[in-house]
Amino acid sequence: MLNKNLNNEEIETIYDQLYLAIDNAGPEQEAKMLAKLVLILANQLGDSEQVLNAIKIAEKDL
Amino acid sequence: MSNTHVAEAQPRPSIFYHYKVYPVEPLPSQAAGDFKQEVLIVGAGPIGLATALDLARFGVASRIIEAERQVSHGSRAIVLTRRSMEILQMLGCDQAFVEKGLSWQMGRSYYRGQEVYQMQMPHSKDERFGPGTNIQQQYIEQFLVEAAEENPLIHIHWGHKVTGIEQNEHCATLDISSEDGSRKYSAPWVVAADGGRSTIRKLLKLRMEGEAYTGNFVIADIKADIDLPTERLCHFDPPWSPGNNVLVHREPEGIWRLDFRLPDGESPEQAMEEKQLADRINKILTMIGQEVPWQLDWATVYSASTKTLTDYQEQRVLFVGDAAHLLPIFGVRGANTGLQDANNLAWKLAMHMQGKAGPKLLRSYSTERVQAAREICKEAGKSTRFMSPPTRGARLLRDAVLSLSLTESFVRDLLHWRTSRPHSYYNSPLNSTATSEYALLGEVTPNVKLGDNQYLHDYTLKGFTVLIFLKDENNSAELKKVIERNERDGMSINPILITRTHSGDQNPSHCLTIDDKEGKLFERYDLQENSLLLIRPDQHICGLWQSGQNKESPQQWIHNALRNALCLTPSGDSHVE
Ligand SMILES: Cc1cc2nc3c(=O)[nH]c(=O)nc-3n(C[C@H](O)[C@H](O)[C@H](O)COP(=O)(O)OP(=O)(O)OC[C@H]3O[C@@H](n4cnc5c(N)ncnc54)[C@H](O)[C@@H]3O)c2cc1C
Repeated sequence: MLNKNLNNEEIETIYDQLYLAIDNAGPEQEAKMLAKLVLILANQLGDSEQVLNAIKIAEKDL
Repeated sequence: MSNTHVAEAQPRPSIFYHYKVYPVEPLPSQAAGDFKQEVLIVGAGPIGLATALDLARFGVASRIIEAERQVSHGSRAIVLTRRSMEILQMLGCDQAFVEKGLSWQMGRSYYRGQEVYQMQMPHSKDERFGPGTNIQQQYIEQFLVEAAEENPLIHIHWGHKVTGIEQNEHCATLDISSEDGSRKYSAPWVVAADGGRSTIRKLLKLRMEGEAYTGNFVIADIKADIDLPTERLCHFDPPWSPGNNVLVHREPEGIWRLDFRLPDGESPEQAMEEKQLADRINKILTMIGQEVPWQLDWATVYSASTKTLTDYQEQRVLFVGDAAHLLPIFGVRGANTGLQDANNLAWKLAMHMQGKAGPKLLRSYSTERVQAAREICKEAGKSTRFMSPPTRGARLLRDAVLSLSLTESFVRDLLHWRTSRPHSYYNSPLNSTATSEYALLGEVTPNVKLGDNQYLHDYTLKGFTVLIFLKDENNSAELKKVIERNERDGMSINPILITRTHSGDQNPSHCLTIDDKEGKLFERYDLQENSLLLIRPDQHICGLWQSGQNKESPQQWIHNALRNALCLTPSGDSHVE
């Protein structure tokens, strides 16, 4: 299980901003926007092992 | 004919509740311009009734004008919070609710058959009431009506419908229709407690700010022998209704509340269709592992809004409850928020009418409660975003969180359902201390268990209270003068001495003395010896005096703090009607 690195207020703000960004992108572009976001965050994290692990978790329970 | 209003005289159907049809008691006659110092309350819902009982607590008479002749159709609001129970204690009728209600504190949320979140609502030995009490609105209203009927200051006029209103600087006059025809009745103050479709709000052309959410929900109450504890159950995204969710709550009398979101595009009529409804109820019972026979009591469709008037006072009319705001029922906000409105309004209106307060005291009702409603709308909006996602993006995020919640705990707090809470009046003009100086300022006075079936709140049920924290009851002649002076001035403050070492001698000032040997109260309130805490009649803390930190003497301070809380000007002018 992943550690929790954000407090509830932070995670809620991200939740809200992220869904608004998806709505702004619209159904045609939302997947591209989200893929870009992942690449940006992966680069900022700077740890490919963690990113690959995160991809595995994201693929579960779809 | 159009001038008469005839209320339904047949008891409403129910398989568990026996409706009483109350008699239509005519209003007394009233010569034009000749009105009594009483309050007209429109609506005998939970909030109108609570307002009447709370006004009576301060000696103010009221008449409740109610269009119907029986209590709530259907169970509607079924969860009372601890704060609501505390308010009912102030109204002197908590006992009936404790006896009938089901106390609970645990909620569990499921996704794909797995428990992904659980929350224990905060509880401790210092609380008299559990965090949640499940009870049908029929009983809520019945118990309040029974208390009102025993109170000589309250009259309920069943079967009387308000159809018009006029106001001037002295009074408000209502047009009231009953089976006896139509007439006018005036009083200096009107409380609009006429519910979500408030006639008064419409007559005065007042608009609410806020949002209405898309998505319809069904509530169905069934009688069934379900073997589950009293907990809040939530199932997200069940396979038989993808993307939607189901809530299950236990009510008294073997009744269970099923609450589920409808697929987008389905009309309320379709959802209420007998076979459709039965099919869904069966699916829910299968889902919770309880395939038992059941009988339907009542079902309805609702949608969520977060709306509030921007001002709860319009001249001589004060709005409370659903007439003032429409809140989503997730987090049980409707009735619980309204009870806090009533409790905030009653003492202010009473002291205003009795000439004990400055004009701004009554205004503070609207400022304090509109602020609370806006906070609630914001919090409720967050639950609503999760329970009924308004957009494609919101739905995607929710689905992502649910999927992750199966294995990852870091997202699970997003499933928190944010229950109605008591609001803090932290920035109220009635406060004589800043919150920066004392964190509890504006909050409800924390309750403390004092002994067997004995709690601090039991002693803060009337008027203002001052908690006097002393080392021992003899150590500060100065502080004791507060009590003597208070008794001499006839100021209605109820003093409570809290001492660490009580000699057991008869207290000369006859006030309640709490022997706090273990320092429990000192700790709970985070106070040093020689402190004074002023508590409003609605149990909210509005001022703190600490020895060595305030320049004024304790007597002076208490005098000023009380005047501040009553919005009395320094010159001493009170506002007399
Ligand atoms: C279908 C439904 C389901 C609900 N479910 C829940 C729930 O599960 N949980 C929850 O917390 N809340 C729920 N609520 C909300 C809860 O019932 C309300 O918040 C609560 O009843 C508000 O109380 P009130 O006294 O302000 O208004 P009401 O209870 O609506 O009372 C208003 C009263 O005014 C009377 N009235 C109206 N107009 C006039 C007039 N012109 N003249 C005279 N009298 C008039 C009405 O007859 C009524 O008795 C539900 C509401 C509805 C409608």
